[in-house]
Amino acid sequence: MLRYLFKRFLLILPTIFVPLILVFLLLRLSPGDPAGMMLGDQATPEQIAALRTQLGLDQPVWMQFVLWLKGILTLDLGNSIFFREPVMQIIPRYATVTILLTAVALVLAVVIGVTLGLVSAMNRNKPIDRGVVTTAVLGISLPEFWFALLLIFVFAVTLRWFPVAGYNPPDAGIIAFGATIFLPALALGVRQSALMTRMMRSSMLDVLNEPYITTARAQGLPETTVLGRYAMRTAAMPVVTVAGLSAGYMLGGAVAIEIIFALPGLGRMLVEAVGRRDYPLVEGGVLTISLVLAVLNLLIDLIYAILDPRIRYQ
Amino acid sequence: MTTETMLSVSGLSKSFKTVKAVRDVSFTIPRGKTFGLVGESGSGKSTTARLVLRLVEPTAGRIAFRGRDLSALSASDLRRERRHMQMIFQDPFGSLNPRMSVRETLVEPQFVHGIGTAAEQLKVAERLLAEVSLPRAALDRYLHEFSGGQRQRIAIARALSTNPDLIVADEPVSALDVSVQAQVLNLMRDLQDRHGTTMLFISHDLRVVQFMCDEIGVMYLGEIVEQGPRDRIYNAPAHPYTKALLASVPGKGSGQRARLSGEIPSAHAVPSGCAFRTRCPHAFERCASEKPAMREIGNGQRAACHLLDKAVAA
Amino acid sequence: MSAHSAPMPAEIAVPPAQRRTVLEVENLSLSFRNADGLLPIVTDVSFSIRQGEAVALVGESGCGKSITASAIMGIAPENAVIGGRIVLNGQEISALGPKERRRLCGRHMGFIFQEPMTALHPTLSIGRQMTDTLKHNLGLSQSAATQRAAELLDRVGIPRARDILKGYVHELSGGMRQRVMIALAISCGPSLVIADEPTTALDVTIQAQVLDLLEDMRRELDLAMLFITHDLEVVGDFCDRAVVMYAGDVVERGESADITRRPSHPYARGLIDAVPAHDDGRTRLTPILGTVPPVGQWPEGCRFAPRCGRADEKCRTRPHLETLSHTDVRCWHPLEAGA
Repeated sequence: MLRYLFKRFLLILPTIFVPLILVFLLLRLSPGDPAGMMLGDQATPEQIAALRTQLGLDQPVWMQFVLWLKGILTLDLGNSIFFREPVMQIIPRYATVTILLTAVALVLAVVIGVTLGLVSAMNRNKPIDRGVVTTAVLGISLPEFWFALLLIFVFAVTLRWFPVAGYNPPDAGIIAFGATIFLPALALGVRQSALMTRMMRSSMLDVLNEPYITTARAQGLPETTVLGRYAMRTAAMPVVTVAGLSAGYMLGGAVAIEIIFALPGLGRMLVEAVGRRDYPLVEGGVLTISLVLAVLNLLIDLIYAILDPRIRYQ
Repeated sequence: MTTETMLSVSGLSKSFKTVKAVRDVSFTIPRGKTFGLVGESGSGKSTTARLVLRLVEPTAGRIAFRGRDLSALSASDLRRERRHMQMIFQDPFGSLNPRMSVRETLVEPQFVHGIGTAAEQLKVAERLLAEVSLPRAALDRYLHEFSGGQRQRIAIARALSTNPDLIVADEPVSALDVSVQAQVLNLMRDLQDRHGTTMLFISHDLRVVQFMCDEIGVMYLGEIVEQGPRDRIYNAPAHPYTKALLASVPGKGSGQRARLSGEIPSAHAVPSGCAFRTRCPHAFERCASEKPAMREIGNGQRAACHLLDKAVAA
Repeated sequence: MSAHSAPMPAEIAVPPAQRRTVLEVENLSLSFRNADGLLPIVTDVSFSIRQGEAVALVGESGCGKSITASAIMGIAPENAVIGGRIVLNGQEISALGPKERRRLCGRHMGFIFQEPMTALHPTLSIGRQMTDTLKHNLGLSQSAATQRAAELLDRVGIPRARDILKGYVHELSGGMRQRVMIALAISCGPSLVIADEPTTALDVTIQAQVLDLLEDMRRELDLAMLFITHDLEVVGDFCDRAVVMYAGDVVERGESADITRRPSHPYARGLIDAVPAHDDGRTRLTPILGTVPPVGQWPEGCRFAPRCGRADEKCRTRPHLETLSHTDVRCWHPLEAGA
């Protein structure tokens, strides 16, 4: 088990470093000079050159990379050019919001997807099944931002159940936090829940045809045990895979949602930092997202190994 | 009747990484005769069939077909030689292309090997269809329209379409119901008589092998442990495994059932000395330390067992 | 301890005729409801099994033998429409609702499948599957269920039972898997065990071992056993009586020795002649011509008539199952006994 997880960990390392290298290169090679932008139109070339030297931007690209890599290993990501404070202090403020948003969205997506998928599979080809399948297709076809606007219009503007935008941290109390996070999370999770509904439905239908389900019934086990333990155990595997992919997708999709709902998240921070050519902050943000994804993948592998003893032996 | 040798295999071995699938297998088949390989799952009989046709490359050993060393042939020479050797599989649905009509199925091998004009190829297809007792109307139908037995007839007709000297049949009737199995077995014998085809026949079913074969090799864990003319093997088996196998065949009263303990060991860990010793009721010290050599018993029968030495010495 | 154990009586020396009838199936029929109406799968099956007796249900694929077994177990597909009477230990179970039927499974009836690799759960441990059943059916505690599961594995000849309980089906060999399946089927002390081709997927030497085990279990536990198979040779070795099915009908029924040696129905005779028998020196087999008609395309009258050498005008009307000298036969022109 530990050996298996260690192997998975080694496989994940490239998923952290490859995006980092790409972002590093992309920013360095794109037109625009951060020093020039920060000092504004009135700056003299001497002032700009001085700032470049201070930021290390006059070094060759490979040297900048080595210095920066050294920074990562010592947990020193430098100072944000715009905020003028350490990146390591800025990132957590924003990352917390995004991670919370994604986590709540994932929970909503899994709960909705698994429930609807099960209900659908249990009532195969009955009206309720057809209804769920049609709704799922609709859910997959609609983009998040459209759904976000719809939710704001219905629940915030018309019904006034939730605030239109803004953010309360969890310290402000669970109700206050929930009120600001629920609509964004729902908007972010709705497409994924539709995907999971379809996955859960087809996977459950496959599993119900398996001989071991007949065995469980022939042993006299009640239907709740047969479905809840014997069928779910195997039917959940593809859903776990989808949940992992969904979480990654939602981390990216959070950008639009954070902007619409005015949430101070990592996605919004990144968009702004890119606009300001704030290299250290952008790189720190990407590093954070890669790390979160890597941890997520490891978590999925762990769940897999718990659910299926066979893969521990591979 | 000439005694020309059609196929001669000597010292054939195949390892997949640490698994020794086939070990030092040797046999010859005279023209027009049928050699049967019989054994349980994991005995290496199917791998041997594929080695003979060089569908799998042997690790060691020599295969002489029509006097030519197959293992020494170049890829293009081998392709030309393939015309003279065809294979019939257990599952015709898996080995035939379901998108081809019967006409295409029967014409394709001739086309690939450049035999005859299009008109001649079609004539051969029609003749073969008649030989396997299917109506001419079957030509334009597709595989899924036929029953299992009919599909196997089509597979046999296809194998005969290049007028091969050797047919390798791997469990050709195992998937068929008994009443249909008898039809196909009769057909195979009739066609063999008519065309003088040589056959390597692989089956786990001792009753079927006895009906079909002139000479039989009994395989256990990748080796031939006993071989000889059919009547000798069935009436005077010399190897304890052959005896146990024959006694296990149902239909002789439950008291007669052999109680061979244990199961065939993994090919990852072949026992030292005689591979069968872990299940052999007669095993003694020498069986673990020394591998028994194949020895002649008389009348063309040979077996590898230390008991035979004992019998001679006594 | 003993209060927690299911009854496992020693061999009872009761003459066969006085033994209690465990299962009675009367005029069982089964159809699938589909878009076009009802599709008959099994039309008229009747037989009974006494305590300690093994009865074979024999036939080729598509004859309806497996679906008959699932109808008895109460695990037939949802769209199956079942007619006739099924009586288990004096109770007419065909009249019960699905929940009551499910309660009989495991406790009164055990089921053994053909392919233990797929019939056992791939990702639940062997122990978990066994204790789930024991806890639910017998109300055992976790530790008592584990103890009993280990005893059961030991009993079906599995070494290191405690270790195997922690293992999974993919770690076992084919023979061991079927032993686990047997242990599971007998775990809650059923009076009837239905075995659907239990040795077909196994190698011959393993097949012999598993048949021995089934026979031991039947004797020791005085089980009534319904043995579903396509292999008449196994029937002769293993079963007391046999029921031969063809295209959804019982065509012959009787002592297995009579059925396997001197059947009266041309189909039963044909099945025997089609198998290449040990040392009979034949150069040609005697196949049954044609193929089994697919469900939904059964001929009127005798369903075997199109493949039968003895068929004539009379066979266009449907024959009834009638008692001849030694067996019950559904045929207008039965073979003479011993023919």
